[in-house]
Amino acid sequence: MKKILGILILLIVVCGVTAISNQNFVSAYNIQNVTRLTSLFGIISIGVAFVIISGGIDLSIGSVICLIGTMLPYLLAKGVPVPLAFLLVGVLSICIGLAHGLLITKLKLQPFIVTLCGLLIYRGVARGITEDQTQGFGTAHAGLRYLATGKIDLPFIEGFKLPVPFLIMLGLALLAAFLLNKTIFGRYLKAIGNNEAAARYSGINTDRTVIMAYVICSFLAGVGGVLFALDINSVQPEGIGNFYELYAIAAAVLGGCSIRGGEGSILGVVIGAALMRVLRNSITMLGIPSQLEFAIIGAVILVGVITDELVKRYAQKRRANQQSGMYSG
Amino acid sequence: MSSPATTHPAPLLEVAQISKQFPGIKALSQVSLSLNHGEVLAVIGENGAGKSTLMKILAGVQPPDSGKLLIEGAEVSISDVEAALEHGIALIHQELNLCENLDIAANIFLGREPASWNVINQQQTYVESEKLLKQVGLNLPPQTLVGDLTVGQQQMVEIAKALSINARILIMDEPTSSLSLHESEALFAVIRELKARGVSVIYISHRLGEVNDLADRVVVLRDGENAGDLDRASISHERMVQLMVGRNVSQFFPHTPHEPGQVVLEVKQLRTPAYPSHFINFSIRQNEIVGISGLVGAGRTELLQVLFGIDSPLSGSISVAGQEVQINSPRDAIRAGLALVPEDRKLQGLVLEMAVRENMSLASLTRDRKSLGRINFNQERNISEEMIAVMNIKTPSDSQIVQFLSGGNQQKVVLGKWLAMNPRVLLLDEPTRGVDIGAKEEIYTLMNQLASQGMAVLFVSSDLEEIRGISDRVLVMHEGQMTGELSRDEFSEEAIMQLATGQTFSHSQT
Repeated sequence: MKKILGILILLIVVCGVTAISNQNFVSAYNIQNVTRLTSLFGIISIGVAFVIISGGIDLSIGSVICLIGTMLPYLLAKGVPVPLAFLLVGVLSICIGLAHGLLITKLKLQPFIVTLCGLLIYRGVARGITEDQTQGFGTAHAGLRYLATGKIDLPFIEGFKLPVPFLIMLGLALLAAFLLNKTIFGRYLKAIGNNEAAARYSGINTDRTVIMAYVICSFLAGVGGVLFALDINSVQPEGIGNFYELYAIAAAVLGGCSIRGGEGSILGVVIGAALMRVLRNSITMLGIPSQLEFAIIGAVILVGVITDELVKRYAQKRRANQQSGMYSG
Repeated sequence: MSSPATTHPAPLLEVAQISKQFPGIKALSQVSLSLNHGEVLAVIGENGAGKSTLMKILAGVQPPDSGKLLIEGAEVSISDVEAALEHGIALIHQELNLCENLDIAANIFLGREPASWNVINQQQTYVESEKLLKQVGLNLPPQTLVGDLTVGQQQMVEIAKALSINARILIMDEPTSSLSLHESEALFAVIRELKARGVSVIYISHRLGEVNDLADRVVVLRDGENAGDLDRASISHERMVQLMVGRNVSQFFPHTPHEPGQVVLEVKQLRTPAYPSHFINFSIRQNEIVGISGLVGAGRTELLQVLFGIDSPLSGSISVAGQEVQINSPRDAIRAGLALVPEDRKLQGLVLEMAVRENMSLASLTRDRKSLGRINFNQERNISEEMIAVMNIKTPSDSQIVQFLSGGNQQKVVLGKWLAMNPRVLLLDEPTRGVDIGAKEEIYTLMNQLASQGMAVLFVSSDLEEIRGISDRVLVMHEGQMTGELSRDEFSEEAIMQLATGQTFSHSQT
């Protein structure tokens, strides 16, 4: 909870500064936009959080988004019925996660290497199949596109409409929080991330738990791919989802997931994703040259991580002092 | 045997009132000792008595919190390893610190290579190494790769390295823990030779037999404090043990003879991946505490790991309560009613950053789960509260992060995790390593109680006193082989060491 507090304060500060400098930041249109994008990025960040908590990493998320995001319109354009197309891309994303998990647990390959290869392969496959042609839904499937672009009127609040992806993200976040905090799967995941050997020595099926984390990650990347494709409607295979894995990992880390594994909270990850989106938005709103965008985001994350580490050390030191006091007394 | 110390008025090394504190534990409290020229001083004590900390302070690995170090009467400060070396103090670690990919000469001169223009003068290192090797009785060319040497030979290289810097004080931490009897004797010969040349040796060992043979004087530590000194004339096995444990042995090791019941665990023709050429056979009964003794590297841990499914056996059978079981993972082992308290509790026993409660429930969560795979939080709390009470675990609450507990309490958490599973066979690997003396006694009492209640307890220990104190029966291993079995009236240190170093025990084999 303390970890979330830090990033929440940071988010509020960034929002506050931007709102004061530019009234447009708090316009209904802008808030809706930021909320929609936060939700889309939140979904993929929740996915990678599971992998990071298990002590691993997934670099292939952007490419999975690309593969799924191009395959859905591609299949629909080929006349595949909507439910079947959804089933196919769903199964495909699960299989990708399964493959990652099996290679990492059974062949004991490094997660970094496995998913780095995935990063290259999936985008390559997507570009090969589509021959780099832009994919889209055109004017068809308006009902489907509602999932990504739809808005719902809220009672009592004039002008602001709630983007549908927010509801999807909310549902997935609640499910994820339940898995992480209330089930034995979540507990095992944290134990493995912290000390895989101790987990194995306690009789936990560590392989199955880790595989499950990669499946969740790739599946949510797939969900993200579907929503991103529906959102932008013209999907360019060489462009969609580029660097999204880094946004997701950054959001998860900002949200309190230790890259060494074992820790993490879903609420923190969602706030982390929001901070990433708000930062981008603020850069535009504050009139900062967009070329500096990455530099600023990078710097903010670095400062956040450094602060976190310093606070942790301070707490540890204080604890050690208290303990020695306790014993020498 | 008189040492050539008479010409020097001040002792070579004097340690005065040294204290050292770590978070949560007072490792050393006002410890003093002195070392004369050409003296072999044995420092003994239970695990966790503070021996290693004291040696690290002398070798400059850690600074003391308070106290003085004097060399030939002059106060010195040993702030780092280099300073220690300058004063002629060299530490030979229990785990040897050699580069296996380099040859003997390169290891001896590592970091101090004679060189001009950064080019190593190889010839010089070989010539000088040869002289040093002769001093330690190692007849090998200095070009030999260290990786090709036996552990005993590697130890000699370490000693040669210490001699090359003109060490006057050689600290040896459990030097014989992985040596064969023959290698140990060669080491003792070298130590006597060094002593005759005026080098002083601080010798740390668990083997009271060899301390008895080798030491001019014995300093005993207990729970970070001086527990007593013995001079040559008063060194005896009994006195040493008494000082180490602080009372009579029979009181410290609670042993109630158990009437063994049915065979619970039976191992037939088992081959472990570590020692594929040996077949292991043994069985344990209900109500029995069986100790496995042997040198470091005898294959004891590997045996427990196969029994618990960490490694798979190459062949052979394991039966639990008369039923043959296939054990290919810890889950299989747990299902068969086995539990393992592993050798390294920080690496294998505990999730250090998790709470006491979460560690305690790690093995039983699946069994106690509710629908949808939910954790049964009530049950989890009940178990941890019960275990904390039963085992007298000292923790502010069950949500304390386990890393902040003392070693003994951490070990009890690992035990509690398994007791919650109610196993038939409890396997323990070095159950009291790094555990303070009070918790140690509690662990012994607990093992005894569990055996009385019908559990079969199989434990590995390098501590001979512990093996002799609490076992009903002892199995001895040597290089992957079961070399013998001793019943309680045959438990002498000599008998165990004979079997542990591969000699056949001359008494009747039961």
